[in-house]
Amino acid sequence: MTTTVSTPIAVPAKPRHRRRSSPYPTWFLLPAAIVYGILFLIPTFASLYFSLTRWTLFNSSFIGLDNFVAFFEEPFLIQGVVNTIIFALLTCALKVVFGLGLAVLLTSQIHARGLLRSVVFFPVLVSTVGVGIAFTAMMHPTDGIINAGLGLLGIKGPGWLTNPSLAIYSVAFVEVWRGVGLATVIFIAGIVSIPQDYYEAARIDGATGWERFVYITLPLSRPAMVTVVILSFIHGLRNFELVWAMTRGGPGFASDVLASVIYKQYQAGFYGLSTAGNVVLFVLIAAMAVPLYLYLNRKEGHQ
Amino acid sequence: MTRSNFPAVLLGGTAVGLLALGAGAASAQDTVNLTLLIDNSADTVALTEQLVADFEARNPNIDIEIETRPGGGEGDNIVKTRLATGQMTDIFLYNSGSLLQALAPSQTLVPLTDQPFLDRVLDSFESTVTSGGDVYGVPVQTAMGGGILYNRDIYEELDLEIPMTWDAFMANNATIAEAGYVPVIQTYRDTWTSQLFVLADFYNVLAEEPDFAERYTANEAKYATSDAALEGFRHLAEVHEAGYMNEDFGAATYDDGLRMLSTGEGAHYPMLTFAIAAIEATYPENLDSVGFFAQPGSDPEINGLTTWMPAALYVPKTTSHPEEAMAFLDFVASVDGCNAITEAVGATGPYLVEGCDLPSDVPAATADMLPYFEEDGRTAPALEFLSPVKGPTLEQLTVEVGSGIRSPEDAAALYDQDVERQAQQLGLEGW
Amino acid sequence: MTLVRRYGLTVAALIGAGFVFVVPFLFIVLTAVKDRTQAAQLDFTWPTSFPLWENFWTVISTRDFMLITAYINSTILTVGSITLLVILAAMVGYVRQRRKAWWNGLVDFLVLAGLMMPPAVVPTIWLLQQLGLFATLHGMIFIEVAYNISFCIILYRAFVATIPREMDEAAIIDGARPMDIFFRVILPMLKPVTITVIVVQSVAIFNDFVNPLYYLPGNDNVTVQLTLYNFQSQFNTSYNLLFMNILLVTIPPLIVFLFFNRQIVAGMTSGAVKG
Repeated sequence: MTTTVSTPIAVPAKPRHRRRSSPYPTWFLLPAAIVYGILFLIPTFASLYFSLTRWTLFNSSFIGLDNFVAFFEEPFLIQGVVNTIIFALLTCALKVVFGLGLAVLLTSQIHARGLLRSVVFFPVLVSTVGVGIAFTAMMHPTDGIINAGLGLLGIKGPGWLTNPSLAIYSVAFVEVWRGVGLATVIFIAGIVSIPQDYYEAARIDGATGWERFVYITLPLSRPAMVTVVILSFIHGLRNFELVWAMTRGGPGFASDVLASVIYKQYQAGFYGLSTAGNVVLFVLIAAMAVPLYLYLNRKEGHQ
Repeated sequence: MTRSNFPAVLLGGTAVGLLALGAGAASAQDTVNLTLLIDNSADTVALTEQLVADFEARNPNIDIEIETRPGGGEGDNIVKTRLATGQMTDIFLYNSGSLLQALAPSQTLVPLTDQPFLDRVLDSFESTVTSGGDVYGVPVQTAMGGGILYNRDIYEELDLEIPMTWDAFMANNATIAEAGYVPVIQTYRDTWTSQLFVLADFYNVLAEEPDFAERYTANEAKYATSDAALEGFRHLAEVHEAGYMNEDFGAATYDDGLRMLSTGEGAHYPMLTFAIAAIEATYPENLDSVGFFAQPGSDPEINGLTTWMPAALYVPKTTSHPEEAMAFLDFVASVDGCNAITEAVGATGPYLVEGCDLPSDVPAATADMLPYFEEDGRTAPALEFLSPVKGPTLEQLTVEVGSGIRSPEDAAALYDQDVERQAQQLGLEGW
Repeated sequence: MTLVRRYGLTVAALIGAGFVFVVPFLFIVLTAVKDRTQAAQLDFTWPTSFPLWENFWTVISTRDFMLITAYINSTILTVGSITLLVILAAMVGYVRQRRKAWWNGLVDFLVLAGLMMPPAVVPTIWLLQQLGLFATLHGMIFIEVAYNISFCIILYRAFVATIPREMDEAAIIDGARPMDIFFRVILPMLKPVTITVIVVQSVAIFNDFVNPLYYLPGNDNVTVQLTLYNFQSQFNTSYNLLFMNILLVTIPPLIVFLFFNRQIVAGMTSGAVKG
């Protein structure tokens, strides 16, 4: 594949061609809609029926809204909701800040750029299971390398994962470590899409590096920003893989997030109840993410 | 639905895997291919491979392919999903007791009640794989005990005796702590290990309240309101308050626990006896340092072992080769089957098939366990083999009690709530 | 920028990256080359014995070279899914961004729903069985497309906005048909996003394990993440073999990343030259 995109006009013109139809035909949506509609939307929304049943996979009987009542009676639900929101806000904010910072750094003229990019992206490649085991071992209260390092500085490190009030923050930190490479890659794509002319003009005007960042990079990488914010916020609300791999929601229930509560119900064979939980989680995420999405995309129009 | 004679799993009902067509058709003239789904623990894989190899040597026309699945809750889901969607292998391995009941056996499994090989399976096991009057499985491996694995070297060094009461156990712990060893190993990184003090106390619960299981199933007896049942939770709290646990109990793993026990860092590890096989695999040179005793109760005259039944092999109704599958079950429930298992993973307890004897040189901990089985009235099945009611959050609650986050009474009350929800979700009578 | 500052920044970045990113990686590598007993300690020590080759060979050959089958399956699955994802998602993102229509809000919501709602396993299996797609690789490819397309559409929709409309209009005036405009004008200009989608999604699909676990049963259908279960079970884990396996299944996506990373760098330089 060559690197230039300089031949767009050279498209051979077809002699007979219908002017009337839109250059952006609706049927472009069709292939995606078929696959997505049949394999995701239909079964997922059909399953909503089961949230109203007692469901063992082998039999189901209609029980109205009992599952929702049972879900809201879950003893550790409030804590789960609080943890979910802490986890999502914290990971989303840190991924944006560090992701943007790293992207700026890794598109600047520093040496070993390729190597650094690979290093930053590497955690994304490693399976969650591996990341979970590795960090759990490193965060071990007495034998872990983190507390050993702190010990050298004369600090007695805490039980990162065994202290109930600290566990969720520790997991959030690892999630940022694991996911920041993804945010960085998206930000890099955004920065790379900014025409160099702007920077040249700014340089001629004598703008400082900080001014170039604030007045060019930040506003013009807005598509990347919107994408990273939306994706990592929703991911933070829904994802529990790392929580599961590192603490299983523990100690006790201290680091449970909504999704891990639901997963535990599913594992226990409470299929109707966990479907109801998924509906609740969906409504909660939609209530936060849809306004955010609309807000971010409305701003897009002002550019 | 038409089914041809290659592995049902590969084909998956009406979903004919075109990719599989070529491969399957060529191999099968007279050979019958069976598939077998087992969990992925090292012991299970090793012993199943041995069973299959010995069986195939005797039945050259039957070929069994082993598939593995994860264990725990994820494994439960896979088994249920495959049964519910008609995608189960010809034979599969799964727990006996309350977990089996959740598979709707009468709908999904082939009853074995008329099979002659059932006569060789001990009644004590049969009752745990019975549903609605029909028997559905044959045992793989041996009965297990839940109690305290202990380090014999430490006991010898400090001149301690096997405790017959909980107080004597705590007195031993005090001596052990003074000598600088860890008295009680706890490993809450693997949350399931935290439940043992509660679950293994069930012999003592039954000794005081013989009808606890029936009343528990009927929504009458509760952990929070039964003094005998609360004891297990209290024991856990006592051990924590006395500071008898290893310092890193919150972060230690089951593997760490086995290491500490076998190498003499710690003296007691409440555990199921299947751990003996794991010690044999990882710390073979320390195997003889490990002994076993039942979790003691309050009365020295009443001392016995809470027992667990092994997993069983089942045949789903969707199999296209019931005869060949039965032939394999017949083999597993025979002396040759037991011998294959002993050869693969050693003997960790008494077999549940008539005529199966243990070799003379069993590990010390296994030898410690056998007397309980030989005397009348010194064993009682764990609650999960007497009642389908079992809440999923027990392990989180016992972690909290053992970490000093929650009081035993609170935890028992929360567990009762959890159990109620489980019974409602399963649609049990009277909840 | 002075040379000193450039080198200073580089050195600082390397040291920072070293601490934060390389230490955990070293931990994984060290554990992968230990023997089982030492690996079980999960500590940060130098291996006392060095059974690199034995660990490697055990991982490769376990259960009739299951890992090799898994590599093949996962590669087919990844390549097939990514090809479809890039084309289908770019088409949707393009039309959705360019065309102002009444159904835009609905499309946005349905796309977001794909990120917000976890799929329902059992009803999906019933459906796949009806369609004759269950336990087949091509069925699995469609599943991956359906589950990951929301992410890709959001990415494409955001980046199509950066392409000036004059590009399409010039092509329209030249009489190009919609297909030509899309494939010859728009898609090439979306290269930075496309590379991002390829890198990110190939990692996600290659490393997916929950979906193949349920939708693709059978030994012949095994995918790479499922091979981890050979060494990790509820009751015992061989950490040395597990981490060796993790390293081995990380290599293919790493190669993909290294390859496409060069493409991004190349894209940047060409942009700079143009400016």
